[in-house]
Amino acid sequence: MKLSYYPGCSLHSTAAEFSASTEAVFKALGVELQELGDWCCCGATSGHSLNSYLSHALPLHNLILAEAAGNDLLVPCAACYNSLKAAQTFMAGGSQEARELNRQAGQILGREYRGEVRVRHVVDMLADPRIQTLLDGKAKKSLAGLPLVAYYGCLLTRPPKVASFEANPEQPRLMDRLLALCGATPVGWTHKNECCGASLAIPQPQLVEQLVGKITAAARYAGAAAIVTACPLCQTNLDSRQPAGAEPLPVFFITEIIGLALGLDAAPWLKKHLVDPLPLLRQQGLLVAS
Amino acid sequence: MAEQQIVPSHQLVAPVGRQSGQPVSRCYQCHKCTAGCPVTMAMDLMPHQVVRFVQLGLEEELLKSKTIWQCAACRTCVSRCPNGIDIAAINDALKQRALAKGVQPALPEVAAFHQAFLASVKSKGRVHELGMMFAFKMKTGTYFQDVPLGLKMFRRGKLRLLPEGLKNKARFRALWQGEKGGQA
Repeated sequence: MKLSYYPGCSLHSTAAEFSASTEAVFKALGVELQELGDWCCCGATSGHSLNSYLSHALPLHNLILAEAAGNDLLVPCAACYNSLKAAQTFMAGGSQEARELNRQAGQILGREYRGEVRVRHVVDMLADPRIQTLLDGKAKKSLAGLPLVAYYGCLLTRPPKVASFEANPEQPRLMDRLLALCGATPVGWTHKNECCGASLAIPQPQLVEQLVGKITAAARYAGAAAIVTACPLCQTNLDSRQPAGAEPLPVFFITEIIGLALGLDAAPWLKKHLVDPLPLLRQQGLLVAS
Repeated sequence: MAEQQIVPSHQLVAPVGRQSGQPVSRCYQCHKCTAGCPVTMAMDLMPHQVVRFVQLGLEEELLKSKTIWQCAACRTCVSRCPNGIDIAAINDALKQRALAKGVQPALPEVAAFHQAFLASVKSKGRVHELGMMFAFKMKTGTYFQDVPLGLKMFRRGKLRLLPEGLKNKARFRALWQGEKGGQA
């Protein structure tokens, strides 16, 4: 199986370990990832906040490149994923504005958008039956007894009609299922899809610390030893802005957990974390060398 | 507000409805949006009030509000709205309207962040976090905020020193400039 791969800006910098672990996991499963050539930023929150045109045009640039490449598009970043899905919804709406944008993009990129490319988030893809078959029996290490909470954040499930690949967007389950598959214990909790404050972390760090504090307190109350996310900004905010006063919880990417279960060398990813997850993993016997 | 008399006007329903793509007239004030919003503690207008104010044409109150800038775009409101109204999209339309009309943003640091972010994308096609942060700090004077955190991230190789660019810049610029009446 071959997939096009759109890392997005964060995965080339602040969330480099999300990209490295995604690439390693899919390689271990025998799925080839081909990075989309010359992808651009999706515009993220700032794009749709200040410029509606760009919030459609930038994702469309990448959708057209992906259609030219011809494979399903794998996206780890929740914000990129959401922008691409929102642009697809906008284009499918067929408004005059959408048709004009497509005509213009066609002239610039030499190809119009046809609505054929399938955009898949990493969690959606990993839960795909074809990938689950590949995962079966490959786990080398069991994370047995490790209580983890799956934190979905906002953009993987909302708005449900645009973005969600979950049966119930208010109670998403797929990441919990993946954790269970790795032998870990997914713990039920209250803050699965509460907002972490996202990019407000830069202009309003105190507000984000408050939101992160509620999320980590809920995780602790549920008895979790760590939090697992599938969004680079959620991970950065939770990893960097836990309020002082309690022992900070490590915050993993879902692909790091699967990589650990597959017996891949996780040390280079985990060393990038701000809350050091190595003591917890050593305690669980999951890291031999470091 | 209680003692102040409001003369309703429909002047905002059409333009804000069009720009946001939202059926603003459908709102019947059930307050579900406000009940689920994670950032109401920092808002001066509650999310349900934003929609009501659009219906009533209270433009000045909306454009000068913190709320339109405070919204985290988490989309909890639209996910639960019985009428399918995306208040984050309405807030986006109001932010753009405020900037177009020269109204000073009530949360200038949030506006400065979005502007610095888009300026970074415009120049290279991808965000350069370090450069964007620098531009944001120069704009807002928050020189020391988060510096220890930035250093920690830099030491762990999480912040690139140099920006990445696109190979086909001309194509990207042409697409960027296709915008009509945008703010960036």
